[in-house]
Amino acid sequence: MEKEKVITTKQLTKQFGDFTAVNGISFEVHKGEIFGFLGANGAGKTTAIKMLCGLLAPTSGEAAVAGFDVYKQAEKIKKNIGYMSQKFSLYDDLTVRENMRLFAGIYGMDRKTIKQRTEEKLKQLELEPQADDLVNSLPLGWKQKLAFSIAIFHDPKIVFLDEPTGGVDPLARKQFWEMIYTAAHNGITIFVTTHYMDEAEYCDRVTIMVDGEIKALDTPGNLKETYEAESIDEVFYKLARTATRKAD
Amino acid sequence: MKRLLSFVIKEFHHIFRDRRTMLILLGMPIVQIILFGFAVTNEVNNASIAIWDQSKDEATTQIIQRISSSKYFDIEQSLHSKEGIEGAFKKGKVKMVIVFPQRFRESLLHEHNAEVQLIADASDLNTASTLTNYASSIIMRYQADILDADIPYQVKTNIKMLYNPNLESAYNFVPGVMGLILMLISAMMTSVSIVREKEMGTMEVLLVSPVKAYMVIISKVIPYLVLSLVNIISIILLSVYALGVPVTGNLVLLIGESILFIITSLSLGITISTVTKSQQAAMLISMMGLMLPTILLSGFIFPIENMPVVLQVISNIVPAKWYIDIVRMVMIKGLGFGAVMKDTIILTGITMLFIIISLLRFKTRLE
Repeated sequence: MEKEKVITTKQLTKQFGDFTAVNGISFEVHKGEIFGFLGANGAGKTTAIKMLCGLLAPTSGEAAVAGFDVYKQAEKIKKNIGYMSQKFSLYDDLTVRENMRLFAGIYGMDRKTIKQRTEEKLKQLELEPQADDLVNSLPLGWKQKLAFSIAIFHDPKIVFLDEPTGGVDPLARKQFWEMIYTAAHNGITIFVTTHYMDEAEYCDRVTIMVDGEIKALDTPGNLKETYEAESIDEVFYKLARTATRKAD
Repeated sequence: MKRLLSFVIKEFHHIFRDRRTMLILLGMPIVQIILFGFAVTNEVNNASIAIWDQSKDEATTQIIQRISSSKYFDIEQSLHSKEGIEGAFKKGKVKMVIVFPQRFRESLLHEHNAEVQLIADASDLNTASTLTNYASSIIMRYQADILDADIPYQVKTNIKMLYNPNLESAYNFVPGVMGLILMLISAMMTSVSIVREKEMGTMEVLLVSPVKAYMVIISKVIPYLVLSLVNIISIILLSVYALGVPVTGNLVLLIGESILFIITSLSLGITISTVTKSQQAAMLISMMGLMLPTILLSGFIFPIENMPVVLQVISNIVPAKWYIDIVRMVMIKGLGFGAVMKDTIILTGITMLFIIISLLRFKTRLE
């Protein structure tokens, strides 16, 4: 059974001067998949994600996201993706509702849909009582869940999550991953980078990046089998030992 | 258009939510005008002086009368000896001593050559020179009055202060304050608010969205344009009604030129934001790179003509210099567009330059 591909890359490379941040990576991501991107700090995860989002132009190689070319159709890609960065990226001095309205407005949704969707999301998040509170009064775990639901507010085909759970306690992380599952179940493809190895176990398929290159790509189960490891953590450790690049 | 609107609303939210900053933004012009208008003034009123009148004739009596009736001077004491002068200064109360020599009137009438000595306490340089100026102008006016009546042929020195007949310092600083406030609010606040988004990571989210970068910038700029206009109007109202500085020229031209200068400052702010990564750096560059030149090199406080040539050349790239010049010409002198055309063209040129620089920087940053 051939699944629909929403991301394909071939020999995608990014150089900053002499430094090759991402070195000829090739992979495919299927619709509705939770695709994990693992790597130490400085392995090139963020650079790869930025190229796929149209934030950075690749140096060479090919990539298509949601069926659009990253070189020529970056604007079309942007309409079809959601993004949540490793920095917490909502406006602290706006209320929950205002944040939702702003980002929905940016994606050109009409007012009626925004209103309806806002109420839906608030209900899902159980944030109704806090809807008109400033975001900075919320605990970090809630902020992150809010940021995720704003990233998928406009029903993107793909959502890119760049280390979304940094600094969040285990319980909140678990709840966060439940939201990710729900979104994936609804057909949104999830592209997530992380350096929490336990999170990798939640992904459908996992890529391990070392020094800008893909060292392994498979389901967590297969990876453990191939590398004769107990956990993804161990797999990662075996692969990362070969790393020469220092973490930044 | 709808997207732009939701952005602009968001920017206003940012500004209004931050009460303290908003208070500073809207209160600053008022405080500055009041400070400069009533506290930091070059005018000296009711200065204590002493007089040593050695001739006590009709002429000196009349001069002393004129001096004591002026609002600038209070005659504190009469002296009777040379030693008294030093004593008066040392007590610290007296700012200036006027010494009339003996036979003052006779020398004046017969030799056309009478001298008055003004001794001032120059440890306070500004006050000293202001006081001696006031006093000599009173004496000169007296001299003119009596000589006019007596002698048919004589040269009169006629000093007339154009545009600012009463030498009000407000005429000098209102344009300066306008330049300073606009530069501060427009350039500093825009640069800080753009850099804040970079620092917070929200800029990335915006750049990933379908919103065009220039739209983000335009929406940043609109609220500060509005705030700056509010400030311009409050400064003009304050200076007209509280300080009595009239708008002699065309109000529309004045506001139009102000908008041009606001745009200059905004483009400067955007340029700063493209070269800095932290809010502190943006703030520091705005303070050092904009505030100081605006205060020191724009002719606001120190006349450019008296500066060394190097500084005079540098002053040409300070946008506020041209704007302050424009405000002086339009607001104080009441001149039309023809008179400020050169400044307007230069200011437009500077604005274009900064817009081009920031556009180029933006492109390279996205690469």
